[in-house]
Amino acid sequence: MTSIRVYGDKIYALWLREIKVFFREKSRLVASTFTPLLWLFVIGNGFGSSTSVTAHAIDYQKFIFPGIICMSVVFSSVFFGSYIIWDRKFDFLKSVMVAPVSRSTIFTGKTFGGMTNSLIQVSILLVVGLIIGVQFSPLALVQTVVIVLLLSFALTSLGLTLGSYMTSLEGFQMIVSFVVFPLFFLSGALFPIDKLPQWLSILTTIDPVTYAVDALRNIILGIGSHALGLDLMILLLYGCALGALGTYSFRRMKAV
Amino acid sequence: MFKNYLIQIHNLTKRYEKLTAVDNLSLNLEQSEVFGLLGPNGAGKTTVIHMLATLLKPTSGSATVNGFDILREPEKVRASIGIVFQVPSSDDLLTGYENLKIHAMLYGVDPGVREKRISDALELVGLTERKKDQVKKYSGGMRRRLEIARGLIHNPKVLFLDEPTLGLDPSSRETMWKYIQQLVKQEKLTIILTTHYMEEADMLCNRVGIMDKGKIIALDTPTKLKLMLGGDIVKLKLKKQDSNIDVLKNLECIKKIDSLDGYVLLSVDDAKKNIPEILKHVEVESVESSSHTLNDVFLKLTGRSIKEQQAEGGFMERYMQYDKH
Repeated sequence: MTSIRVYGDKIYALWLREIKVFFREKSRLVASTFTPLLWLFVIGNGFGSSTSVTAHAIDYQKFIFPGIICMSVVFSSVFFGSYIIWDRKFDFLKSVMVAPVSRSTIFTGKTFGGMTNSLIQVSILLVVGLIIGVQFSPLALVQTVVIVLLLSFALTSLGLTLGSYMTSLEGFQMIVSFVVFPLFFLSGALFPIDKLPQWLSILTTIDPVTYAVDALRNIILGIGSHALGLDLMILLLYGCALGALGTYSFRRMKAV
Repeated sequence: MFKNYLIQIHNLTKRYEKLTAVDNLSLNLEQSEVFGLLGPNGAGKTTVIHMLATLLKPTSGSATVNGFDILREPEKVRASIGIVFQVPSSDDLLTGYENLKIHAMLYGVDPGVREKRISDALELVGLTERKKDQVKKYSGGMRRRLEIARGLIHNPKVLFLDEPTLGLDPSSRETMWKYIQQLVKQEKLTIILTTHYMEEADMLCNRVGIMDKGKIIALDTPTKLKLMLGGDIVKLKLKKQDSNIDVLKNLECIKKIDSLDGYVLLSVDDAKKNIPEILKHVEVESVESSSHTLNDVFLKLTGRSIKEQQAEGGFMERYMQYDKH
């Protein structure tokens, strides 16, 4: 029992630190909420006024709302990997690694921190959604949270994996742009994925974000291309794979 | 092995592609020792600490810390040691208290004693008043002290201090020494510290290993190391140039007599104590004495001076790097 409590304490300590830092760096929160809102309002209204991309009787802004939620998760989760580089730069990571804490515990605590960050940002977006007239049932809200956490787990793992191999923030940002934008654009966050040319369709199919967008569209708007169960399964698989990769990367990460 | 050493290092070696940072180092440390690794930058001091703290894998050789093997039981080693790194590693955005609390949890300190441990540690390093301030508002000296508090939070048996006063101004340095000495008195800890300040090793350590190029080239108490050079130098100007100084040859404390530019130079054991005795025998106009420093010992052993080598200022250098981002 004691060892379970101690293990819980260790993860809680790592998580707590991430959350405290998150709330103390107000600029982080503001900057990361601003971009999705820009997309939602400018692209949402801009394209919405001139084109009708959906077969459904839903205005474009509402149509991309689930996609924008996923976008916020993609950006915040993958970029969260940069904090492992900061931690290394400021030697905080060394002080954690010299504590009797296993690498997989460090990875887990860090990932929980990233997932919480994403969830906080998504909560803000959900409130904005209510304002623009998107409606959710309590069940839909719970389902949304589950999908967001799954996607965030997978992508925080990916971000931390990349961060664990890198020493410079500039390098990380370069690499991450190559990861984040394709993940977002290929996910169908901004367009329906039913009638795409084949090459694009293939890329869309391998993008994990596609399944989160599809699931949220299903949950929030009642329109989806796949069954919700399938989306969930695929997100879980990606989560397991990327979580395992992250744990492995943390184990082989050099301390000094 | 007849004696129960707290730390045993056996042929420890760390080799990088072109450089051997630590070269076949063997060393045993007893309980409650304050041991200093003294040497210029790049001598391999920090590498030794990193290997003992299981942050770095040795190329060959082995070591046990508190009876745990650094290769086979790294987590147990880590649980039993405290470490203060060369560059403060607390989180700037957290308060002193929060940093200690998070580390207490990471070290599995029992929740029942956690708060007491934290307040004791803060008290010990004189930071109780500032515990609710974010670390970014701390001075360099306060940061170091917080690191020490953090290193002690789980009651370790061994505390590693890697260049504990690097980059501090002279008065913060002295404050730091005061705290370390107090620590030694109160906590009965075994401390290993690295430094390239001679006076620091001299003041704090009861045994010093002088390190150069990955090897320990001399190992003894600071006093004995300095005695290697034949005691202190006493410089006399005699009242009468031609007075007879043969009488000095019979004094036991005097090892050697030279004269230079009208002065008489004596090599004396423990000059402070013996100068009055010497003055009984000769009439002098002036007397000066200077003690050897550990730097003189280093100079004698290697032909180089520790001081001559630029202080790498790891701290400042890294500080400047932060600014770029």
